[in-house]
Amino acid sequence: MPRYFTDEHEWIDVDGDNATVGITDYAQSQLGDIVFVELPETGSQVSKGKDAAVVESVKAASDVYAPITGEVLESNPALDDDPALVNSSPEDEGWFFKLAIADKAELEGLMDAAAYKAFCDSL
Amino acid sequence: MSTPNASGWKPGTPAKDDHGMDGPPTVTGNRALMLEEPLIFEIGTSQTTGVDLPDVPSSTSSRLGSFTRADEIGLPGLSEPEAIRHYTRLSRQNYAIDLGLFPLGSCTMKHNPRLNEKVARMPGFADVHPLQPVDTVRGALEVINELAVWLIGLTGMDGVAMSPKAGAHGELCGILCIRAALEARGDAREVILVPESAHGTNPATAAFAGYRVENIPATGEGRVDLEALKSRLGPDVAAVMITNPNTCGLFERDMKAISDAVHAAGAFVYCDGANFNAIVGKVRPGDLGVDAMHINLHKTFSTPHGGGGPGSGPVVLSEALCPYGPLPFTARTKDGVVHLVEEENAEAFDHKHAFGRMTAFHGQMGMFTRALAYILSHGADGLKQVAEDAVLNANYVLRSCDDLLEAPFGPSGPCMHEALFSDAGFAEDTTTLDLAKALIDEGYHPMTMYFPLVVHGAMLVEPTETESKASLDRFIMALRSTAERAKAGDPTLKTAPHYAPRRRLDETQAARKPVLAFDGPCAPAGTPQLSEQGGS
Amino acid sequence: MRYLPLTDADRSAMLAKIGAPNIDALFVDVPEEARLSGPIEGLPLHASEMAVEKHMRQLSKKNLAAADAAFFLGAGAYRHHVPASVDHIIQRGEFLTAYTPYQPEIAQGTLQMLFEFQSQVARLYGCAVANASMYDGSTACWEAVAMAARVTKKKRVVLSGALHPHYAEVVRTMAKFTEDEIAGALPALQSTPDNAGLIARIDDQTSCVVVQYPDILGRIPDLGEIAEAAHAKGALLIAVNTEPVALGAIKSPGELGADIVVGEGQSIGVGLQFGGPYLGLFAVRDPKHVRQMPGRLCGETVDAEGRRGFVLTLSTREQHIRREKATSNICTNSGLCALAFSVHMTLLGEQGLRQLAAENHRLACLAADRLSAIPGVELLNESFFNEFTIMIGRDAREVVKKLTEQNVLAGVSLGRLYPAHDALHEGLVVAVTETTSEDDIDTLVAALKGELA
Repeated sequence: MPRYFTDEHEWIDVDGDNATVGITDYAQSQLGDIVFVELPETGSQVSKGKDAAVVESVKAASDVYAPITGEVLESNPALDDDPALVNSSPEDEGWFFKLAIADKAELEGLMDAAAYKAFCDSL
Repeated sequence: MSTPNASGWKPGTPAKDDHGMDGPPTVTGNRALMLEEPLIFEIGTSQTTGVDLPDVPSSTSSRLGSFTRADEIGLPGLSEPEAIRHYTRLSRQNYAIDLGLFPLGSCTMKHNPRLNEKVARMPGFADVHPLQPVDTVRGALEVINELAVWLIGLTGMDGVAMSPKAGAHGELCGILCIRAALEARGDAREVILVPESAHGTNPATAAFAGYRVENIPATGEGRVDLEALKSRLGPDVAAVMITNPNTCGLFERDMKAISDAVHAAGAFVYCDGANFNAIVGKVRPGDLGVDAMHINLHKTFSTPHGGGGPGSGPVVLSEALCPYGPLPFTARTKDGVVHLVEEENAEAFDHKHAFGRMTAFHGQMGMFTRALAYILSHGADGLKQVAEDAVLNANYVLRSCDDLLEAPFGPSGPCMHEALFSDAGFAEDTTTLDLAKALIDEGYHPMTMYFPLVVHGAMLVEPTETESKASLDRFIMALRSTAERAKAGDPTLKTAPHYAPRRRLDETQAARKPVLAFDGPCAPAGTPQLSEQGGS
Repeated sequence: MRYLPLTDADRSAMLAKIGAPNIDALFVDVPEEARLSGPIEGLPLHASEMAVEKHMRQLSKKNLAAADAAFFLGAGAYRHHVPASVDHIIQRGEFLTAYTPYQPEIAQGTLQMLFEFQSQVARLYGCAVANASMYDGSTACWEAVAMAARVTKKKRVVLSGALHPHYAEVVRTMAKFTEDEIAGALPALQSTPDNAGLIARIDDQTSCVVVQYPDILGRIPDLGEIAEAAHAKGALLIAVNTEPVALGAIKSPGELGADIVVGEGQSIGVGLQFGGPYLGLFAVRDPKHVRQMPGRLCGETVDAEGRRGFVLTLSTREQHIRREKATSNICTNSGLCALAFSVHMTLLGEQGLRQLAAENHRLACLAADRLSAIPGVELLNESFFNEFTIMIGRDAREVVKKLTEQNVLAGVSLGRLYPAHDALHEGLVVAVTETTSEDDIDTLVAALKGELA
């Protein structure tokens, strides 16, 4: 299952026509203790590069952008009760939402793991 | 640095251990005069009361329909001596201006004269109803009108809306006047320009009023970039919101040029008056082309902050905006009578274009009486001195510390009423927050931190004009000492404060699992009603 | 100047330290043509404490204080006895001259008080969570309407005709700018509120229904019935209460199904003060709505040593963090009024509040009976708490004005509240509290009888 990264520090796992989205370990370390995650509703449409979720620490609220366009199939119910999962397991249990990919061509131009690591190192 | 006042207070030797206590733990959790206090729900029972009221026989006829409240509400009561003790003990866990210098930049924490409290409690002001027949409240209307005349005179504007309840409410009032004026000329505009360094209320207000917010960049010396602003102005821009003096503590030198450019583009100039304290009696915003500006009576005119309000935010208006100001307001006719202008008589007072009503009644009367007493005490000469001393005190702090703390805009000239420093030069891992918490141990409320956002680790120090030189010297000594520890990476800064009623609080837990109300019964009857039960 | 401690010697020494030749050198960034050379002309110079006090006393004497008349005004502001200890506590410098508790280690006094206040308000309103206060009841009402639009993502607002007209006007004013659509009405002059008419106006586009409880005429509407109808259409019920003492006698709005409960807290601890500062109360029944609430919230937590403490929390809703995406632009709230409310409520306790409510209701029943016995006077209400409407067969504004000459402040005429609606002008809203004596009631009855004869 290929994993891509954006320069806004989201990751996206592609599985056939569907994808899972979350924020990277680098992103959670910059945000500090996550206290709340606002997720998109099932059935809503998200557009590449536009607001899809909000992640909040005590003193900051950051928009999370959709890496690609699609329809939201499911949001991670575990984050309601335990937003700290984003800190402890950002790239696994702390996933944000799953979506049905509208246009696979949008995946072009996203980074792979090596490119993303180089990108973070340059920051 | 300056020599501290020889007769003044000096900091004691820090305690040896991290807890700031040498002695054994106490059974009560108290530490002598540092007293723990339970919640009212833990000491008050539902049968206790501190007032004497008659018992109404339950046989008395009722007109409540079928809505009688049967279940217990769950409100604890305390007798009067217990209540006085509860709140007095709580009060001692607070820092306050009455206890010491309170250098919160942009907040203007200055001495609150007690005459103002006395005046506000005169029965003719405190015990009158907002809907009494106007002939029975002419004195109240005269207070509002007299204060309005002062605010207009001090700002060089044409009118003032007195009803907004606080600064942010005043901002909203000013922006709504602008929107009403634009709509009246059939000019729908969509954007409000706000500098990056603005108070958060500015963009929030603009958005609430239905506008899109765009940022204006600042120059390297901390002021609005006039050329960038000019190039953004256009037919879609409704207004520019500018704070002057700005949040970096600097006067916007180009204010008149900004206003001229904004007006030429058909837009309006909103000025955030939070920092009016620095220029009151020295400069009139009306002379600089401002169209609307709110005045925080709780800042410049020293009505008490009260632990977070009530405030009061009258908005002065230019001639172009006056017709749109909200109801109600007061007007003095040539015969000297002060009238109340409401929906009913607005047209008779040539005010039929009022955009509406922002609050049920007449605004913060209790703040008007206090502010008027403050203004009358100072007079035009004293208010000018207020601004001069506020600016002098801030520059004194700036120049007494800028060899040690980086003052990002210090080299470009004097500041106004607040001195801005950054965390440049602090040891790695030591932050502005650590310095602030260490100042608490020194007996000071910290300065405003991390604001404005344009300066890294910002520390905004506003001493105000009501501090003596000796008081400033003691504060400078504490600030310098703390800054030296921050630069040296003193690890005890990370665990500060050590001597406050509480150590650093876990804000993450508070936000992850919010507990926003006491969840449990009142204390059972027979609970020993002592306040000495300990805190937790 | 008595409030300015610097001496001329201090000023000279400080200028020398700064390296400025004179004070004007510090104002160098102010364009010279805008700098004022001396005190602003036409404004008076400084005055002594004695002189200011005298001036203010003269102004205050031009007002008729409620205590000096037979007093029956309500309609959103009520005269109650405030214990002396309330004013003592709010004048303690540690409360009076503190700032918003942004540094919790040295603001536990204010924070614990706010936590207690929030808990008291939540219980009084029958809600899960109350915030740390708003400006007043009318602005809290608008904030509730704005919140309902965020929660339901709908924009049509149904206002009860018996909502305080000034509250309705504030909502209408703000809605002009947020493009909420407001459906209002006038109060129907009948013995019970027009619930059927209100319910008929709720549709699928409705974000909220706003109902005052008790209403502007003093009647007590059946909130349960309205809540059910609103919920069936996916709308929220906002209950507005202007007299918190009533909730010591009647069911809480939360218990009856209101989703957001807002109101004016002035009755408890604050005093009339010609309309402000007052105390906006704001609470939600369902804790999941907390993140859409406006205003500050105080929450419980622990410090680094594990001791209980309190902090301002969920701040990411607020303007200083969220800027243009904040739930409200509110910054300053009504902290000291919240303290006054909380102290007074603690002095009352459950028992005192119940007794206070019962005494208010007893006196109001007595006044209603004696007034409605006057020929030509008719009591409108079937139900009421401490405020009711009488129809007097003449323009009540004129009658109120006439009675003022006899030192009787008879009530709030509907003409004052609805000047443009002649059909309402014979109505007079009369409020009675524990501060009203039976003699006051008899004085009003005699004066009104004389005037109407």
